[in-house]
Amino acid sequence: MAGRNVAMREAIRRALQEEMRRDENVFVMGEEVAYWQGTHRVTRGFLEEFGERRVRDTPISEMAIGGVAVGAAMAGLRPVAEFMTINFAFLALDAIANHAGKVRYFFDGMFKVPLVYRAASGWGNQATASHSHSPEPIFAHFPGVYVGCPSNSMDAYGMLKASIRDDNPVLFTESIALYPKPGPMPDDEDTDYLIPIGKGDIKREGTDVTLVAYARGVDWALGAARQLAREGVEAEVVDLRWLRPLDMDLVYRSFKKTNRCVIVEESLPMYSFGSEIAALLQENMFDYMDAPIKRVAAEDVPLPYSKEIELLALPDAQKVVDAVKEIV
Amino acid sequence: MASPSKEMLLDWYRQMVLIREFEETCHRLYEEKRITGVYMHLYSGHEASGVGSMAALRPSDHVITAYRDHGIALILGMDPGAVMAEMMGKKTGSSGGKGGSMHLASAEHNFWGGYAIVGGHLPLAAGIALEARYRGSDDVTMTYVGDGATNNGYFHESLNMSSIWDLPVVWIIENNGYGMGTEVDRASGQIELHRKAEAYGIKSFGRVNGQDALEVYDIATQAVDYARNHGPVVVEHVTYRYRGHGVSDKQYDAREDMSAELREWMECREPIKILRDQILKKHKGVKATLASHEEEARRIVKAAVEFAEASELPKSYQELFQNTYVNSNLVHKTDMSVGAGSD
Ligand SMILES: Cc1ncc(C[n+]2csc(CCOP(=O)(O)OP(=O)(O)O)c2C)c(N)n1
Ligand SMILES: [Mg+2]
Repeated sequence: MAGRNVAMREAIRRALQEEMRRDENVFVMGEEVAYWQGTHRVTRGFLEEFGERRVRDTPISEMAIGGVAVGAAMAGLRPVAEFMTINFAFLALDAIANHAGKVRYFFDGMFKVPLVYRAASGWGNQATASHSHSPEPIFAHFPGVYVGCPSNSMDAYGMLKASIRDDNPVLFTESIALYPKPGPMPDDEDTDYLIPIGKGDIKREGTDVTLVAYARGVDWALGAARQLAREGVEAEVVDLRWLRPLDMDLVYRSFKKTNRCVIVEESLPMYSFGSEIAALLQENMFDYMDAPIKRVAAEDVPLPYSKEIELLALPDAQKVVDAVKEIV
Repeated sequence: MASPSKEMLLDWYRQMVLIREFEETCHRLYEEKRITGVYMHLYSGHEASGVGSMAALRPSDHVITAYRDHGIALILGMDPGAVMAEMMGKKTGSSGGKGGSMHLASAEHNFWGGYAIVGGHLPLAAGIALEARYRGSDDVTMTYVGDGATNNGYFHESLNMSSIWDLPVVWIIENNGYGMGTEVDRASGQIELHRKAEAYGIKSFGRVNGQDALEVYDIATQAVDYARNHGPVVVEHVTYRYRGHGVSDKQYDAREDMSAELREWMECREPIKILRDQILKKHKGVKATLASHEEEARRIVKAAVEFAEASELPKSYQELFQNTYVNSNLVHKTDMSVGAGSD
């Protein structure tokens, strides 16, 4: 029996809770995660169940949150460190890029760093420039750290569990816009439901164009696919789920069938997810390419507060439809 | 002890009732969805902290703060209409609708802005003070920082640098007891926050009752004088936020013991009432003036709302891209063609 529909927020909460029950070494730390039950309510009930030793409120000290997690992981714990939003993870970028992702390498395998950084991501609702980032590709730039970005409840559940159980550092992003979105879950008994790190997924089959996306972009791609279907265009939607490692084989298989591709992301367009996928496609799939690769992303501008121009800057399903129509 | 004139005291009263009226109106407009968005942090309860300390400045001095910035903007004399229009994201807003509640600023008033990344404005403050030091000016940079922000690396690096370079910064810690939902003693190993100055060899003027504008002013005049002539100083204002952390973070104000605590502050340590009593004790025949300031605050804020609501939203790509760079016509659209922006 398939599990009931739950919001993505609840799926993440459940995955984390079950992993903490399973493994004593897993603990959470972050701003407002304990007494206030998490800014996004992901750690609701955790303090009561696991106590202060394993559910730790931190000061507003992102640099330390990032680095303390690395040290604790090297020493044998399995920290799940929360950045209230990914905007604040920029302050910890050094710990993430230079230490989480590199200590194993520069000590030639002497240590492992089994940690997960969780961060709420994305923009909208007039959060304004410094609180309006979807910078997953920045974190995926650095070898040594995996990056997971789920698009629905079931994936979030299986991906977070896999991240916690993996011996490598994982940056796990959670689209704020998707937190309330309900979706099916694995069977209640299946607490070992894992989505392997680096495994993408076909969210919709189609023959005419491949839409490659992750996280919130998947919803825009699926929305566009429904609209295109009414006009006789069948889009295949590839949800990569992980920005590192990238499941390019899945993209290539789809592309060999459709010969056309639009890449969809919430992030900024330059040096982006779209840039990377497009580059790999042209290098490896040149013979299968029937049209230019198109990219749909946010506009290349800081996000404004004012609501109408904020919407102008953001991608949506219609922008995906428009891009597809340029190449089919 | 510095003793402000009757005119000064009445003017502080004018500023404080204007801030309160403005903030409570913002709160109501947010509830009514006439102001939208997710972030708006009100200065209600903090009035004496800003008013008393900024009264020690001269116009050429500099001011910078975090996102709880409406009160600071109004004290500096920014147009309430332009500030309210900014809340609504209008073209006529003080930042053209680009910044919103957390990003008010006014070059004309040497107000270098409100900033939304906790602690992020602190090195900027040191940089602004560096410019003054560099050119041999004795203008000071009045810098407001929350209790929670004093646990961030930005705070420590900025204080230290201001110390070794003798930068004329007045670091004012507005200790309102909480950073979001976290009490000071759960976040900071040193709970007398002003003592963090000691670690960097910075002079501290200690802890001040931030609800008493006269006391705030008294210490601020000494602190400003010290910063002008020597180097950085730290002052801690003990204050309280009446409207919780921010409009969309209601969970942090819902707790039972917090509402009792809030009542206690509002009844016993209400900054506007404290100032009013001080004025009435010292000066005769001012009741009518106090009443007219209250009346005037309501009129000004009502007019500000009308102005803001009648103003237009920015809607074009040109407005979206404008001011990304000094020469914005080199911006890129998503399709990588040259974009529509220009200055
Ligand atoms: C670097 C960073 N981390 C976290 C946040 C989220 N956040 C916004 S305000 C705030 C609390 C700050 O408290 P305090 O410095 O005491 O200022 P107050 O709001 O009380 O005026 C937090 C954690 C942020 N904006 N920036
Ligand atoms: Mg505070």
